[in-house]
Amino acid sequence: MPQTLFDMIWDGHLVGARADGRELLYIDRHVLHELHAPHAFEELEKQHRPVRRPDLTFSAMDHTVATKPGRDDNTNPSGAAFLKAMREGSVRNKIKVFDLHDPEQGISHVVAPELGMVLPGATHAVPDSHASTVGGVGALAFGCGTSELAHILATQVMAMKRPKRMMIRLDGKLAAHVTAKDVALRIISEIGVSGARGHVVEYAGSAISSMPIEQRMTLCNLNIEMGGRSGFVAPDDMTFQWVAGRPYAPQGALWDRALAHWRTLRTDEHAVFDREHGVNCSTLEPQITWGTDPSMVLGISGRVPDPSSAADQGRKAAMQSALTYMGLTPGMALEGLPVNRVFIGSCTNARLPDLQVAADIVRGRRVAQGVIAMVVPGSSTVKRDAEAAGLDRVFRDAGFFWGESGCSMCAGGNGDRGEPGERIVSTTNRNFEHRQGTKVRTHLVSPATAAATAIVGRIADVRHIPGRA
Amino acid sequence: MQPFSSHTGIAVPLLVDDLNTDQIAPVQAMRDLKPDYRKLLFMRTRAEEPDFVLNQPQFRNPGILVSGHNFGAGSSREAAVWGMLANNIRVIVAKSFADIYRENCLQNGLLPVALPEPEADDFIARVVAVNGAAPFTVDLLTQKISGPGGADITFDIAPADRMRLLEGLDDIGMTLKHTDEIVAFEKRLAASQPWLQQARDSRR
Repeated sequence: MPQTLFDMIWDGHLVGARADGRELLYIDRHVLHELHAPHAFEELEKQHRPVRRPDLTFSAMDHTVATKPGRDDNTNPSGAAFLKAMREGSVRNKIKVFDLHDPEQGISHVVAPELGMVLPGATHAVPDSHASTVGGVGALAFGCGTSELAHILATQVMAMKRPKRMMIRLDGKLAAHVTAKDVALRIISEIGVSGARGHVVEYAGSAISSMPIEQRMTLCNLNIEMGGRSGFVAPDDMTFQWVAGRPYAPQGALWDRALAHWRTLRTDEHAVFDREHGVNCSTLEPQITWGTDPSMVLGISGRVPDPSSAADQGRKAAMQSALTYMGLTPGMALEGLPVNRVFIGSCTNARLPDLQVAADIVRGRRVAQGVIAMVVPGSSTVKRDAEAAGLDRVFRDAGFFWGESGCSMCAGGNGDRGEPGERIVSTTNRNFEHRQGTKVRTHLVSPATAAATAIVGRIADVRHIPGRA
Repeated sequence: MQPFSSHTGIAVPLLVDDLNTDQIAPVQAMRDLKPDYRKLLFMRTRAEEPDFVLNQPQFRNPGILVSGHNFGAGSSREAAVWGMLANNIRVIVAKSFADIYRENCLQNGLLPVALPEPEADDFIARVVAVNGAAPFTVDLLTQKISGPGGADITFDIAPADRMRLLEGLDDIGMTLKHTDEIVAFEKRLAASQPWLQQARDSRR
């Protein structure tokens, strides 16, 4: 029977089944972070249970770390206890920790693929809902809570019911200044914030074949915002080239063997999916959220919708509440709306090409008067590479804050957040009420749109920014 | 894990879809390693909206939360479950649950009851009508919700999830019974895909 790639990877990692019917899925790579792992360490120690495979486990410091240059444990005072507990727990359990001053510190979802820890066809778990970012290299990744994290530490498996299969086909050619972020926002607006619930999504189609790996990661990162259990792109030659030579990836003869296996990782032609969805990407323009969940999306030239157009009463109420919170009225354009702050960063959009795209728009220009603009690289490696390419100068000369790597303003766990009432254009993943600060109004966009907005000082259509100044 | 057999308490109507874990457990409430999980629950909404349902006197001692579709969307933070338990909320009745949140419930003895739309709407109408004046009972043994305003409502739950909650089973313990299989799998994987069984920095 024709198989999906999801089933191939799942079956290839199936250890057995428990008496309760849950299947035991082996986890090849487990990456932890300091916001949740300390609780799991403590719980396991209480149960006198050791970590089974510390050699396949890594610790990131990302959620609570300060982004201020010269930072230490106490720069974000509320982060210090988390960093200490994480460091000590990792050392006690012989887990390598990418500590605050490690040259490869960064956001777990950025660091794991960047160092080649996570590989095509591998299974991966992180106690964070954006785990499936690494689906961009063809890995099958699951986000989980703290108890499950402890379970994986003790057993190296996840006990799960097999999710359903979903295919999202992305065809066509993206127009200039339209990126994976815009595609993802479009999909979420079409299928809703629970449209992929219970499913593992495979993204395929001609728009995927030509999509760079970092953008595939952006796409897979946002899979959870449509409720998906996981999401990935089947690995191809572009993936193999991207992974080759990364420090934790196989080398030499082992690489050749791995590559031969990875070339078999594809969905059979007539494999059946439980759900399918398609998007024609050729007609897409840059997208932006207008509301308070990631499905409330507009094309940049669009108008804020009228709640009376809602499909049901629940949605109507949600839209009305979102309009009030966001300070918008039906029928208005978002383009031209003044903003207080621009944030470029997070596991969604802070890899090197994201920063390059933004820098290309910013180069030779200034951040508009009164706008606070920040760039926070996704990892210390990204930061170093960006500095080597002179991008930090481009941003700083324009008046951007250039920070140390971490999750920063995405969830504000490190104290980086906006002031009440501010309108923020952000390359992150959630525009929930108060997420980026009390009463902060967040609009999710691509790095290109964020950069253009910072320069103009108003929500901008990047396509209307004239050629480099 | 605390076993769950039956729970009687005031049912609180929180009638929205897509209620997310940022709302249930705001990150600003998680600044301490050991925050007060009782206070953390809906901390911001409780502080800022005097009319918020959990601020209303009849709902000061909640036992059951009743909500719409996709309950617990967003971040995987388990504090959004611990906050419920710390407030003695042991049951959430919703039209559907976000995947990770539902898993977190099962890990902690918080019963997630998903009711199909028509039954959910009937139950919601009863919860709204009684307005906290009398409790409902959710019984996992009989898989029934009983209380004022109508007949008992039968709910579905996977037999394995039901057993796990009823017996308060130790999830890690259940998996560790399969240690021999895990060891055998690791040997097979080391032979077939050795690059997966090692994660070394080739520069060192």
